[in-house]
Amino acid sequence: MSKRIALEGSFAVSEAARMADVDVIAAYPITPQTHIIERLADYVANGELKASYIPVESEHSAMSACYGASAAGARTFTATASQGFFLMHEVLHWVSAMRQPVIMAVCNRAVAPPANIWGDYSDAMTARDTGWIQLFAANNQEVFDFVLSSFRIGEDPRVLLPVMVHLDGFSLSHVIEPVILPEQEEVNRFLPPYQHPYAIDPDNPMSYSMVMGPDIYSEIKKAQDVTLRESKEIILQAWKEFGDIFGRYYSPIESYKTEGAKTLLMSTGCLSETAKVAIDRKRDKGEDVGLIILHLWRPFPFEELYQAIKDAETLVVFDRCISLGGPGGPIISEVKSALFDKRKDIKFAGLIGGLCGRNLSVEQFEDALDKGREIAEKGSEEVFETIGIRE
Amino acid sequence: MAEKKTKAISELTWRDMRFGNVFTEPGSAVRYKTGDWRSQRPVVDREKCNKCGLCWLYCPDGAITPLDDGYYEPDLYFCKGCGICPQVCPKKAITMIEEEEK
Repeated sequence: MSKRIALEGSFAVSEAARMADVDVIAAYPITPQTHIIERLADYVANGELKASYIPVESEHSAMSACYGASAAGARTFTATASQGFFLMHEVLHWVSAMRQPVIMAVCNRAVAPPANIWGDYSDAMTARDTGWIQLFAANNQEVFDFVLSSFRIGEDPRVLLPVMVHLDGFSLSHVIEPVILPEQEEVNRFLPPYQHPYAIDPDNPMSYSMVMGPDIYSEIKKAQDVTLRESKEIILQAWKEFGDIFGRYYSPIESYKTEGAKTLLMSTGCLSETAKVAIDRKRDKGEDVGLIILHLWRPFPFEELYQAIKDAETLVVFDRCISLGGPGGPIISEVKSALFDKRKDIKFAGLIGGLCGRNLSVEQFEDALDKGREIAEKGSEEVFETIGIRE
Repeated sequence: MAEKKTKAISELTWRDMRFGNVFTEPGSAVRYKTGDWRSQRPVVDREKCNKCGLCWLYCPDGAITPLDDGYYEPDLYFCKGCGICPQVCPKKAITMIEEEEK
């Protein structure tokens, strides 16, 4: 029998990695991620998890060690946030291009300066083009479920790509919520043993990541891009089977009360849960609004997005990250681009808020939705509206 | 990944590269000539050479090749012209000359 227990988001990550029976963990502590690797270190120390735990001297080393471990055929896990995430950035590209399914939890945190530790997606969004599969969780159950399904997705021989699971720093990582933990037997049924087809083998030597030039780089990158795009089908299959075993079904874009909605709010991560309450209240008042929640950021779910907004006239997109000097938040920029050919008629409004852990209330989401509709209707001189900004 | 086939790089399509930058045929780089941007090349004076092999040991690219008669000659398909071999030669038997010179 599965059990329902109170668990903070960080420990939900640790439990998922433990139940996935990871072989190697290489990590460096950073707030708000530290609880994840502390708990895993406990499990390795007390024998509950038979894994090699490599306490490295930096995040660049953490991801480098993960790269090597994964290349040797080990099921590999790490976690980081913000400044540490930036330090490992170079190696993120090596891991994805070399098709190593390293799994990483990122407890999203704002970028310094000003020095800070609180949550937003300024770290996540810088990794957009690193070639990793990227998932955003909105609550701690999703945190557990996404981390567990990441191993299945990334290690699929048709995929062999790394996966990062984003969870909001503090708002999920340090908040205790009820989480249903499955039986180990169920996990084993969902997650087959990992076998990399080209693992390092001294008896069968191969060359990895050779120097390559202009005559082949484009071919390598196209192959990588096609593989990442095609991984969406395997993600859908994995989540279908996840649902059949565990009873919880996920999709790249979750629709909440979207039936008959002329205005849709689009959100990501834990503030989507606050937005849900705002939508509930507006629905109670008879307003035709709904919510769509982006769970799959890479590969971008073009078709699912189009289907989700098919009947809407206005799309208000909430970004928890500022794109300095850019055409709006990172998500609305991509959403506009993705819909440009198919829905030239749809009206957009871009909202930015919740930066560096600033709280957003249900009432603020209600007001922001009204403001968003007004902007979509009348237009605005601002590229985006910042919720709760002091003018 | 380039499977075990003898295609030149210029013949590989993106479909050949589906499994990343892994080469299952180790040592295949020997077919990739890399010395064509050298500006100077080493020339061995056999009158002075005592076959000690230090040039062969120090060559960072493995371009110095031991010959059957005991002498050493640079493989100019791979030599980058770095100039280390004349520096380490105890008999001053190796000289770097400009590529333009015959």
